[in-house]
Amino acid sequence: MFSNFTASQLVALRCVLDRVIPGDDLTPGAGEAGGAEYIDRLLGAFNFDPPQIWAGGPTSGRRGGAAAFDHWIEMGEWEKLAWRTRIDQWSLVYEAGLLALGDDFVELSPDQQTERLKQTSTEFRSVLYEHGCESLYGDPIYGGNRDAKAWQAIDYRGDVQPEGYTDQEVSAP
Amino acid sequence: MTGSVTGNDCDVVVIGSGPGGATAAHILSSAGWNVIVLEKGRNHLLELTEPYGPMGHFSNDEIKFTRRHFLGPDPITEPRTFRRSESDGDRFLTGHVNSLPSTVGGGGVHADGKLPRFREVDFSLRSELGGVEGADVVDWPLEYSDLEPYYAEAEELVGVAGEAGNPFAAWRSSPYPMPPGADMYGSLLSGAAALRHGLHPYRAPTGVNSVPYDGRPACNNCGFCAFYGCPIEAKGDPVALLRRALNTGRCQIIPEAYVHEITTDTSGKKATGVRYLDLRAPVDNPGGPPVHEIRSDYVVLAGGAFETPRLLLRNGLGNSSGLVGRNLMFHFQTMVAGGFPERLWGASRGRSVTHLHDDHIVGDKAQDVAANGAGLPWLRGGIVEHGGAAGPILESLSYGSNQHHAASMRASALRERLWVFTMQGEDLAQPNNRIDLDPSVRDAWGFASGRVTYRPHRHEIATSDHVAPILESVLRDAGAEWTAVSTSPPTNENDPHPAMGHAPVSYHIMGTARMGDSPESSVVDPSGRLWDIDNVIVADSSVFPTSTGYGPTLSLVALAARATRLAVGDPLPPTAPAKP
Ligand SMILES: Cc1cc2nc3c(=O)[nH]c(=O)nc-3n(C[C@H](O)[C@H](O)[C@H](O)COP(=O)(O)OP(=O)(O)OC[C@H]3O[C@@H](n4cnc5c(N)ncnc54)[C@H](O)[C@@H]3O)c2cc1C
Ligand code: SF4
Repeated sequence: MFSNFTASQLVALRCVLDRVIPGDDLTPGAGEAGGAEYIDRLLGAFNFDPPQIWAGGPTSGRRGGAAAFDHWIEMGEWEKLAWRTRIDQWSLVYEAGLLALGDDFVELSPDQQTERLKQTSTEFRSVLYEHGCESLYGDPIYGGNRDAKAWQAIDYRGDVQPEGYTDQEVSAP
Repeated sequence: MTGSVTGNDCDVVVIGSGPGGATAAHILSSAGWNVIVLEKGRNHLLELTEPYGPMGHFSNDEIKFTRRHFLGPDPITEPRTFRRSESDGDRFLTGHVNSLPSTVGGGGVHADGKLPRFREVDFSLRSELGGVEGADVVDWPLEYSDLEPYYAEAEELVGVAGEAGNPFAAWRSSPYPMPPGADMYGSLLSGAAALRHGLHPYRAPTGVNSVPYDGRPACNNCGFCAFYGCPIEAKGDPVALLRRALNTGRCQIIPEAYVHEITTDTSGKKATGVRYLDLRAPVDNPGGPPVHEIRSDYVVLAGGAFETPRLLLRNGLGNSSGLVGRNLMFHFQTMVAGGFPERLWGASRGRSVTHLHDDHIVGDKAQDVAANGAGLPWLRGGIVEHGGAAGPILESLSYGSNQHHAASMRASALRERLWVFTMQGEDLAQPNNRIDLDPSVRDAWGFASGRVTYRPHRHEIATSDHVAPILESVLRDAGAEWTAVSTSPPTNENDPHPAMGHAPVSYHIMGTARMGDSPESSVVDPSGRLWDIDNVIVADSSVFPTSTGYGPTLSLVALAARATRLAVGDPLPPTAPAKP
């Protein structure tokens, strides 16, 4: 999508995300919900100006107000440096992790996939898990949580401004 | 006083734009001084040109605020280090240590603003309760009555909503400016159970509008309160103070301005201004970021209780007592979580925390017995916050990778069905608990990182051990099916994987430039100035001689208002208790 990964890497990433944070008949898996696209967008954040690290505000437009989350916020010079450093580190982790998973990962049986996953580094598994959680339950603007399905599954409205909640909804829900 | 007369750039430079610096900027600019506020972080709070409106950068976005260092500081460019004592070597860990936001507005931006006052006895613990072995318990150089007018002013300026519901509260000269906002459902359950246990829960005084106030709207209970900037400016701290300062036309705020030096005259006893790095220049600027100098009559140091001593130590200033950085205090946090059968909606609706109780500060017979058993003269806990849990990303991270992840998230045991008591326990001052300069870790600009050396006194652990089971039984009585206790720092430091990590996670940081009656035993005099350099005013919680068991922010704002009003010769008149 943003060319950080090859098409087959994206497929592998989607598949491994569904293994790490699996879905069921009510909730999508992390891969199914766009987790690979989330990671791709994060690693490729600097292909855009401003970089797509911090979505804009104050409202998404889903509950009234303007749709402003796609007005990405300008970063400071030193913030860009820190984020480039962080992204470079992650890119290496993903590269090595996908290599360890192998070209044939998607074709393996679930048990074999689990075995393969064990052969990747602890660092890869923990970064993958964190990004998987962020993608699935974070705002769709970041590329994951497709159609906000994961939020619907957990009965979560996500951002609520400018609507908010009435006092009644807070005190006597 | 004007800059042009003295040949200076301004009358006063304020270092840091958090609640302390914002208060100083407001009081000094209102008194006619020309003020320049230098803030090392970026600005997302308010436009810096008229009419100083909101920038619209804040939103209900868990990724931006909790996963991506949006409000800074980024631990890659500004690492800090931590160790428990010298026996850990130079450091135990490096990275994110008590990192309050570094941004225009400081930690005020994402605090949820529970703003109680301290009580009368907090100012005289030594003389009223006596010392504790291994700790440096002292009296403050001022009394509650000295601060009361400034508490009232602080509540008015920030906009605090509250009511006279706490039987242990100190006296007040005036009512709260606003009535309390909506009670969270969970706190109605936990509050009722606390009452049944003979405790005294009350609606938390909060720096959030319950009604339109000061040109800003009432809170709409969006649920993204602690850790988030308010998208509608219902939180008053510190946007209200900074906007007032800007509106005088005499205040300028310069973000991305990292003060690395307070300059002095040849005697070393007068500050002449500051030097700062302009972080807006490209990172590859030859020779590093451009350095600018500002000359001023006064300097207000309000970098927060972590950065303030770091700057003084780096400059070798203000430290004839040897106490700069010492007596570092955090609140000892005891978190008791309870899992409920039904959804309480505490993670997504309301202002994160709406009720408090003070009973474990005040103590009772059982607490005295516990003190006795621990071989201590007394125990003092802290406010207990009755509050909800955090957002779904945090919840999902806590389950780990497993087959039931999706089902766990829908059941929401650790989010919508969770209710949490957090006690902000009083932390006794110990000279060896301190912030100093790390011998080798540096920030991106080559300056030694701040290093925390901290180990709790056994008073904090004994208090936590005593209070935690009480809070567990209250939560069970409220309807919790299970309860779990965690503390920060851990009560057992040999635990290899403490739930909240090894370093204290408290964002209440105090005591590193303590205020006192003599230059030998304190860094700052009773009027808030450095003993060694009397035109430097310290306006943050580093001046606290004790930590008390209350959130520090209203008190640091009151102290900053007092120190700056004394400097301009316009102190508030004494007050008396309001007639009921
Ligand atoms: C989630 C959360 C909830 C909280 N809730 C509460 C609460 O309910 N009640 C309460 O009382 N407190 C609360 N707090 C704590 C509160 O945020 C702090 O007490 C308060 O922000 C401290 O104010 P300050 O002005 O002393 O320092 P800070 O807010 O830390 O501001 C200092 C500012 O100075 C800047 N600075 C530092 N060094 C330099 C330098 N060298 N040059 C230029 N700029 C510099 C920093 O970037 C920063 O912006 C909470 C904190 C958090 C994180
Ligand atoms: S809960 Fe209220 S004060 Fe807190 S962020 Fe939402 S609207 Fe603002």
